[in-house]
Amino acid sequence: MKKVQFNERWTPWLLLFPQLSIVAVFFMWPSGQAVLSSFYIEDPFFGRSVFVGADNYVDAVTGSAYARSAWFTAGFTAAIAFFSLAIALALAVSADAVLRGRGPYKTALMWVYAIAPPVAGLIGVMLFDQHIGPLTDFAALLGWDMQIGVDYADTAVAMTVVATWKQIPINFIFFLSGLQGIPRALKEASAIDCRSPARRFWTITFPLLAPTSFFLLVINITYAFFDTFGVIDVMLKGEPGNNPVSLVYKVYLDGFRGQDIGGSSAQSVILMLAVFALTVVQFRLIERRVHYA
Amino acid sequence: MTAIADPAATRTAALKAPRAASGRPRRSPAALRLQIYHHVVLILGSLLMCVPIAVAIMSSTFDPVVIHSEGLQIGWGDRFVETYRTVLFEGSGFTKEIDGMLMLGNSMVLGLGFAFGKIVVSMLAAYAIVYFRFRLASLCFWVIFATLLLPLEVRILPSYEVVQSLGLLNTYTGLIVPLIASATGTFFFRQFFKSVPDELLEAARIDGAGPMRFFWDILVPLSKTMMAAIFIIMFVVGWNQYLWPTLMTTEEGYFTIVRGIKQIMQVFLGANIPDYNEALAMAVLAMAPPALVVMIFQSMFVKGLVESEK
Repeated sequence: MKKVQFNERWTPWLLLFPQLSIVAVFFMWPSGQAVLSSFYIEDPFFGRSVFVGADNYVDAVTGSAYARSAWFTAGFTAAIAFFSLAIALALAVSADAVLRGRGPYKTALMWVYAIAPPVAGLIGVMLFDQHIGPLTDFAALLGWDMQIGVDYADTAVAMTVVATWKQIPINFIFFLSGLQGIPRALKEASAIDCRSPARRFWTITFPLLAPTSFFLLVINITYAFFDTFGVIDVMLKGEPGNNPVSLVYKVYLDGFRGQDIGGSSAQSVILMLAVFALTVVQFRLIERRVHYA
Repeated sequence: MTAIADPAATRTAALKAPRAASGRPRRSPAALRLQIYHHVVLILGSLLMCVPIAVAIMSSTFDPVVIHSEGLQIGWGDRFVETYRTVLFEGSGFTKEIDGMLMLGNSMVLGLGFAFGKIVVSMLAAYAIVYFRFRLASLCFWVIFATLLLPLEVRILPSYEVVQSLGLLNTYTGLIVPLIASATGTFFFRQFFKSVPDELLEAARIDGAGPMRFFWDILVPLSKTMMAAIFIIMFVVGWNQYLWPTLMTTEEGYFTIVRGIKQIMQVFLGANIPDYNEALAMAVLAMAPPALVVMIFQSMFVKGLVESEK
């Protein structure tokens, strides 16, 4: 904090009032409500709540649908993080090294950031459509009969492709910024010492980008958990049926469609704990990042 | 990343590949091959990012019957004016009262309201946290900080119930304000204010400026670029909201265009030959404003994004 500060009694509270009241009403109240109702079963007909302890948690975690959704989320997240980081890194390295046309390339590679996930999902539905989709035609050439919305694995692949595609720009922006932050002297020294560009990349540039990569990994996990809701919802066309759903989507399904408020809340709380753990990891990594620099 | 951002080093034209030993500016064949490789990678990447959108835009100008029988189209169809006029001005949905213009207007309200609200609320809070000495300051900081841990998606059902019990369903307030609860903006401005030299406040106090005077005459002008960058990012984030508007708005008069995508998918399912062109036109309208904003203010946008995540 600042060494010099104002010493006033009421002004800071006045300034904080809007933020604190929004946090209290729209954050603390619902979060507390989620924790509370995760220990109750609500009777939809009589409006009574019965305290059931940890039953909702046990039911949520032991259900076969939950395990299926958890496995899907894990695979989905790993695939998005790996592919979008790898593609974005390759693109950022080239965009950093290219001598002409960097501006137009940058624009072409990053503007997709502005597209909303459900819009990307709609375009994905079209591209993977059974009748009109060019990507389905392409898969058919390879002898793969893709049936989106019918076949579990095919739907999962299509969702992963769309969600990965949507995440490339943000990774690209951060990798490019990380690459441009590497001191020029270091780059020149490595260019003199090592003539092979590939080797130079793996021994010098890649380790220097490690902090950026860790940070982006957390960003990508958060994205795959939460921000893909729109992609999933649109690509399922509102009919989850036998299709893959992420854990966050399941919270929504059980809560709003299934009216299982206790179970949905218990799943919310489990996710809250997961995000909390992730944030702790992220902050420790950010601390470490300072040491790198 | 703070310390490595040496401004002199950010331009990396220095990596002009290994020069010939004599130091002549001519590039060696190896360097040339490397440049060609980089261009190939970038062209492939640009195609990967842009072709799906281009196909969507081009297909939206064709007759749905053509699309249905021949698949998505490349080229320019003859239905451009007709399709976009229908989507923008003719009523759709159950009540037949909602058209594309109305949804674009609602999206604009959400995007601008969210960006504006977020900047005002978070600047004031950050100012209090950084520039005032008061009891419970660190408690306030941690309370606000906690909101970063839990995105709206994980507490979606109780949030809905709270907004419902406040009678804010189908209102712009209920649409915008709960989204402002996350403290990303506050953190960004906190970082920025901390980097403002202490001498400015000392000088201002010697000149007899109070807290409000200092804020308006010194801090706000200093933060202009940052405010603009955050505004652009938040506009895009607000415009692209999906889950919250989907739950919150049951009256079609409050639908945003991104929310309308869900609606169009449902109409789409029941049809014999779906209006592919109209669905795609809707997608194009939903992506155009944020995409233009990002492209026009690209450098500011990138700066804001990279700085705010520090």
